Amino acid sequence: MLNYTLRRLLFAIPTLLVISFIIFVILDLAPGDPTGNLPLTIPAEVRAKIRESLGVGEPIHIAYFKWLRGFFVYEPLHWLDQIGITIGDPSERARIISYATRGPVFDLIMERIPQTLWVVGLSYVFGILIAVPIGVISAYKQYSWFDQLGTFISMVGFSVPTFFTGLLMIVIFSVQLQWFPSVYDTTLEVNSWDTFMLQVRQMVMPVTVLALYNASQISRFMRASMLDNLTQDYVRTARAKGMAEKVVVLTHVLRNSLIPVVTVIALGIPTIFSGAIITEQIFRVNGLGQLLIIGIQGSDFPLVQTLTFIFAILIVLFNLIADVIYGILDPRIRYD
Amino acid sequence: MRKLKTLIMATAAASTFATAALAERGSDGNLNIAYWQAVSILNPYLSGGTKDIEASSLILDPLANYRPDGSMEPALATEIPTIENGGVSEDLKSITWKLRDDVVWSDGTPFTSADVVFSANYCLDPEGGCNAASNFADVESVEAVDEHTVKINFSVAKPFPYGPFVGATAPVIQEAQFKDCMGAKAPECTEANFGPIGTGPFVVDEFRANDVVTYKANENYRDPAQPAFATVVLKGGGDSAATTRSVLETGEFDYAWNVQVEPEVLDQMMAAGKGEIISAFGTSVERLMVQLTNPDPALGDKRATIEGGPHPFLSDKAVRQALSMAIDRDILVEVGYGPNGQVTCNVLPAPEIYASTANDACKTQDVEGAKALLDEAGWVPGSDGIREKDGVRLSILYQTSTNSVRQGTQALIKQMWQEIGVETELRNIDAGVFFGGDQSSPDTFQKFFADIEMYTNNFDGTDPEAYMGNWVCSEIPSPANQWIGNNMPRFCSEEYNALSAEMGKTASIEKRAELAKKMNDMLMQEYVIIPLIHRGRVSAASNTLGNVVLNPWDSELAFAEEWTRLD
Amino acid sequence: MTDQAATTALGRPQRSLWGDVIRQFLKHKGGVAGLVIFLFIVFAVVFGPYIHTIDPQYLDIRNKNLGPTWEHPMGTDNLGRDGLAQVLSGGRVSLAVGIAAMALSLLLGTLIGILAGFFRKLDGPLMRTTDLFLALPILPLLLVIILLFRDTLRSAFGPETGIFLLIVFVIGITSWMNTARIVRGEVLAVKEREFVLAARSIGTGSLKTIGRHIFPNVLSPVMVSATLGIANAIITESALSFLGLGFPSDFPTWGRLLYDGANFMTLNPARVIWPGLAISLTVLSVNYIGDGVRDALDPRIRGR
Repeated sequence: MLNYTLRRLLFAIPTLLVISFIIFVILDLAPGDPTGNLPLTIPAEVRAKIRESLGVGEPIHIAYFKWLRGFFVYEPLHWLDQIGITIGDPSERARIISYATRGPVFDLIMERIPQTLWVVGLSYVFGILIAVPIGVISAYKQYSWFDQLGTFISMVGFSVPTFFTGLLMIVIFSVQLQWFPSVYDTTLEVNSWDTFMLQVRQMVMPVTVLALYNASQISRFMRASMLDNLTQDYVRTARAKGMAEKVVVLTHVLRNSLIPVVTVIALGIPTIFSGAIITEQIFRVNGLGQLLIIGIQGSDFPLVQTLTFIFAILIVLFNLIADVIYGILDPRIRYD
Repeated sequence: MRKLKTLIMATAAASTFATAALAERGSDGNLNIAYWQAVSILNPYLSGGTKDIEASSLILDPLANYRPDGSMEPALATEIPTIENGGVSEDLKSITWKLRDDVVWSDGTPFTSADVVFSANYCLDPEGGCNAASNFADVESVEAVDEHTVKINFSVAKPFPYGPFVGATAPVIQEAQFKDCMGAKAPECTEANFGPIGTGPFVVDEFRANDVVTYKANENYRDPAQPAFATVVLKGGGDSAATTRSVLETGEFDYAWNVQVEPEVLDQMMAAGKGEIISAFGTSVERLMVQLTNPDPALGDKRATIEGGPHPFLSDKAVRQALSMAIDRDILVEVGYGPNGQVTCNVLPAPEIYASTANDACKTQDVEGAKALLDEAGWVPGSDGIREKDGVRLSILYQTSTNSVRQGTQALIKQMWQEIGVETELRNIDAGVFFGGDQSSPDTFQKFFADIEMYTNNFDGTDPEAYMGNWVCSEIPSPANQWIGNNMPRFCSEEYNALSAEMGKTASIEKRAELAKKMNDMLMQEYVIIPLIHRGRVSAASNTLGNVVLNPWDSELAFAEEWTRLD
Repeated sequence: MTDQAATTALGRPQRSLWGDVIRQFLKHKGGVAGLVIFLFIVFAVVFGPYIHTIDPQYLDIRNKNLGPTWEHPMGTDNLGRDGLAQVLSGGRVSLAVGIAAMALSLLLGTLIGILAGFFRKLDGPLMRTTDLFLALPILPLLLVIILLFRDTLRSAFGPETGIFLLIVFVIGITSWMNTARIVRGEVLAVKEREFVLAARSIGTGSLKTIGRHIFPNVLSPVMVSATLGIANAIITESALSFLGLGFPSDFPTWGRLLYDGANFMTLNPARVIWPGLAISLTVLSVNYIGDGVRDALDPRIRGR
């Protein structure tokens, strides 16, 4: 297992390099221009100058190597700097600079992580906590009213886009009832009970919208997987041996059913970091998803490149983790 | 407990009200502003859009601002230089500004002419990528005559010399802070770009790029009674409907920038009674540009250029005129803009003295007239009802940027043209691509690989010279000039060029107005630009805000120091 | 239904088996109800426009923002377009996109998942390809694909068919990865089970093992993916329209109708209720059909 993990990790490096290059080529080919959002009153000659000062239009191999050097050399060095280890001259380092803010891309990303983890991460946790029991009960009592209701709600939850549910919640809870704020305050510092309550209040709506969406997907997979396992021979054997129903379901069936669900959950974790573009936009959570969409809209290629590459790393990593967990949960799977 | 708190708050509010009458700095608490485009940078010279310029206008001041009525008001200067008061030289080649001597930067150091000179040099540096470069067009040198006098020399006669340092696009930045940030180093000064030291009413407290800016009142602001608000939060993100809702319906915000919501939805939001819509008309016109050259892809490199030959049917003036006559502009306003738009027949609708009345016939739709015109010109309906002549069908590809109001307008116009036997295919392109100048993209508004395109344009300040200069022959975009140019219709007329050249030499405001009107009428009567709607700037303001007047000529926040809390 | 076809192609089962499957499916109340509703929606969008003949693109400004009337049973929008006509014609596009894109992504995902899980040599390369696709930034990718191919397709197939093919392709090609990973995981587990080992040991060929033994046993996650896939495709299409990459703006689809109507939610609820209901009903009915098919295909349940 360890051997396998190490080999996969080693193999991940060329994979990631290929991915980063493909992303770079795509962004290079993509239409769009960082001066596109400037007022039309700014003449084209000035725009050409601005593009030049940003370094747009450099040959792709040069731009790519500059970015690689920024990502793998200068940024780690800058981090070492922060903890007090200085290697080389800090002022010589060309960090990756965003076109729109002219600030280092990594600082922007670090600023966004708290709200994204809070809102999207928490909604994912809630989603799982809701989905697993619903999936288990739905499968165990297949075609009961509980199952039917669960199916109905999760299908509606999945099929109605978040831009609609989000707006519906704002209209009901912010406009009509005035219970929760419709705008997320990213500058709020939680340092007392009151500010904690404010934080909770502003998180209720975005977390609910996302948790519903996540729960509806995961509960479907959970239910399907449980149903498969409930009809297997080992379950009959276990029951025949006189094992308590609770033990059969919760120990044997659940454990085996969780295997594919764990894959789904692990594969979903990178999406926490990529944020929830639409929900973040509706509630103005301004996390990583909103950062990405702003970058794409403004053709801020260094930002988009760096963000998507970080997502790529996370995806590759969590795929590996999913496989490893798979091996641990199901001893029948042998990777070598 | 809660009751007690409310009581204390109420008392506090009451006392605030009492002192507000005395207009004391920072007595009105916090001001919440919502922009649906988040602010990326607070250095207006490196900004990526209007939102950045407006957000920095709370911190930085120019020498003079435009008031909401279009007049200039000195900010860091003592008066507006004119020929009469001797500030502008007789040959129109220099302007001399006298600076106030009582202004200090927010860090307490004095503001001098050296800062003004530095700001000009900062923007003029060819490697800096300064986006206000057009404000400094033709500036030869800027010199400090003394501690509080600055002289700007132009290389040519400038009948309108108020480009540099007038309006929020070109404010004064502090030399001490930016002196190591010239040219290629400009983007590296993140700290300065994120928190410029200014002379304006507020200073940056915290800035999260692409998210939120918090400001606090500038202790060293030149007017001791201003600003009334102690802090400002400028939150970005969401969409226009959401920011408007947060002012009009939930009341979480006091001011929402750039409202773009369907009129009936707006009416409903206003019914909540928490705020109102404020609007003002500047120079923005939503217009159709007509392609006069052939955009056929088969032409390859010559596509949409003069060399590629004239357009198969839009080169016929009768067709262009019929297209304009068939449009019911009242309906476009009613459906898409409501109180925020007016029917217009001019590409230059304001200021008042420049607005022509010669083309007002377009205000009423004339379907029969349009049909007659096409019949007369030989365009007759074919078997499917689409008009054709010599095998050329009146089939139009009509492009614009992606935006729900624009798509509604597109659909309406498509139907109006259907009625006169013109077939239309609609296309909408992501705004970043459409307005971006990416050479490799075929979808930019300059390349104009379509028959008709629609967008809004305007001009900064109140002088239309540069704007009207957009339609001279040399402005035609083509591969030879990397598609840089503003003459989208590819209109070329010696007479027009001559008028434009004459305007560059004329100083008298009446004469200039006459020339501008003539140029406008020429474009209108050739139907190479079909104006649709004179668009207002629209924002939403809470009922509790006082002294808010929407400013169409400068930053909307240019006079935020005058805003107060009413209750 | 595509999967049934796939099974037939791969496994060549006998006719009597399919008789059993159909009989079992008909016993599944939810499945039958889902099938009836789904067929009803399909019939409505295919034949509805011949009964309700208002042109969905006709703007009747004088009758805008109407509630339900006899003439406009689902009201009209803010440009005076008829709601029912739009929902019907939008449904044609949404259903076609949803089914076609789901089929494409399912085909790709199942194929790659089974190959990767079954043949150890293919596992590494195929899974790294999957990682690659998962890690690609979808939005810029879409921009590029559409930029590069739109004009060619438009001239070859006309604006609507061209964009349709492009969207189906784009959604299909960017949504197969999760199915592939899940199927692979199942295959890894199934192929170690006794019956597969038994089949292998009596010399059954790989293709036959996959068709007879592996595929039927990984069918249930595939069915779940299929049901979620249709919804996903319909919703992705709406996001594309929103970004200006989808169908021309005057070309209604359910997702687009819902998005355009969202701001009119309180003013004219009919604008969001009908397209929302249409999407939900479709997804729900497909889900129940999926349940029914899965149960019908499961020999353990069928035997009972």
